Amino acid sequence: MYYIDPHIHMVSRTTDDYETLAKMGCVAVSEPAFWAGYDRGSVDGFRDYFEQLTVFEAKRSGWYNIQHFTWLCINAKEAENVSLAREVIAMIPEFLKRPGVLGIGEIGLNKNTKNEATVFLEHLDLAAKTDEQILIHTPHLEDKFQGTKMILDMLTGDSRLTRERVLVDHVEEHTVRHVLDEGFWAGMTLYPVSKCTPARAADIVEMYGPERLLVNSAGDWGPSKPTAVPDFILEMRKRGHAESLIRRVVYENPLTFFSQSRGFVFTPPDVAETVGV
Amino acid sequence: MPKPRPAPAVFEQEFLPIRAKILEIASALDRLDRAAGSVSADPRRDKIRAAIETLLSPEDDRAEQVQLIFSRPYDDQWMEKFSV
Repeated sequence: MYYIDPHIHMVSRTTDDYETLAKMGCVAVSEPAFWAGYDRGSVDGFRDYFEQLTVFEAKRSGWYNIQHFTWLCINAKEAENVSLAREVIAMIPEFLKRPGVLGIGEIGLNKNTKNEATVFLEHLDLAAKTDEQILIHTPHLEDKFQGTKMILDMLTGDSRLTRERVLVDHVEEHTVRHVLDEGFWAGMTLYPVSKCTPARAADIVEMYGPERLLVNSAGDWGPSKPTAVPDFILEMRKRGHAESLIRRVVYENPLTFFSQSRGFVFTPPDVAETVGV
Repeated sequence: MPKPRPAPAVFEQEFLPIRAKILEIASALDRLDRAAGSVSADPRRDKIRAAIETLLSPEDDRAEQVQLIFSRPYDDQWMEKFSV
């Protein structure tokens, strides 16, 4: 089955991983900007990162016929440095018209601080002014519920945003309903220890249905598994779910969400037809 | 919405994984008891106890309730407090 991984940090992965993903049916990835594992010291550090995301990763994924898309921002962890964050936000528009850029992301909260909220709101303002889609990181572990509710407060407080153009990622059992009820897309991240497992993600699909739900690996430099989406596919098959339902979640839903972005130009693998502008 | 699967089939599939996971928890708690010293004053012990008790609840939202036990509370006045 063809699938799309809507959230994966391929800059942290090897070229061999691209080959493995291609062998497992991955035809496209979407890569949000994130924390590198250390705080970057200047706006130029982010400029170089955005250059890598928009040029080299697309080239590298293309070696395996995987189409690469990306999102730009300063992540929540480095947003604690508000002055640097403002420099980065001012620089982002230089890259927004590049091929494969889908919008602003992954913005969000980490420890749910005032500085993080301030920078989050300034990212929302940029997205609204530039008419970009938004991809959002929700915090880890004990901070997730509080942070997700704070994010929803900020999103629903901005009447300029179109809710179905916003993806709130890393949802779990205690946050998914809140996100879907407000009309946003929800992403489930499959991690070995934290976030969701393939079985719990399948449970959530069974409880809420496939509408506005995405599944991703968020493969990165930490403990993570870039082939987690095929694990989800297998879990759904073991439960006897229809191929059409599985395909909806892992392929058609990402297409539907991404197609709202002017930067999404996608060539389906099985038909000679281009989706998007 | 996907059609619910028959309970006997789900139980057949889940019995051994459930048994294995309960054993993992039991052995981890035993390991903790065998360790030198005590963590009885650590508030995380209370959360673990509350989470285990939640598993015996008859409700069908145990996973959500366990998640909430391990979550910080949400304060709907946060915007005013942060002045954002």
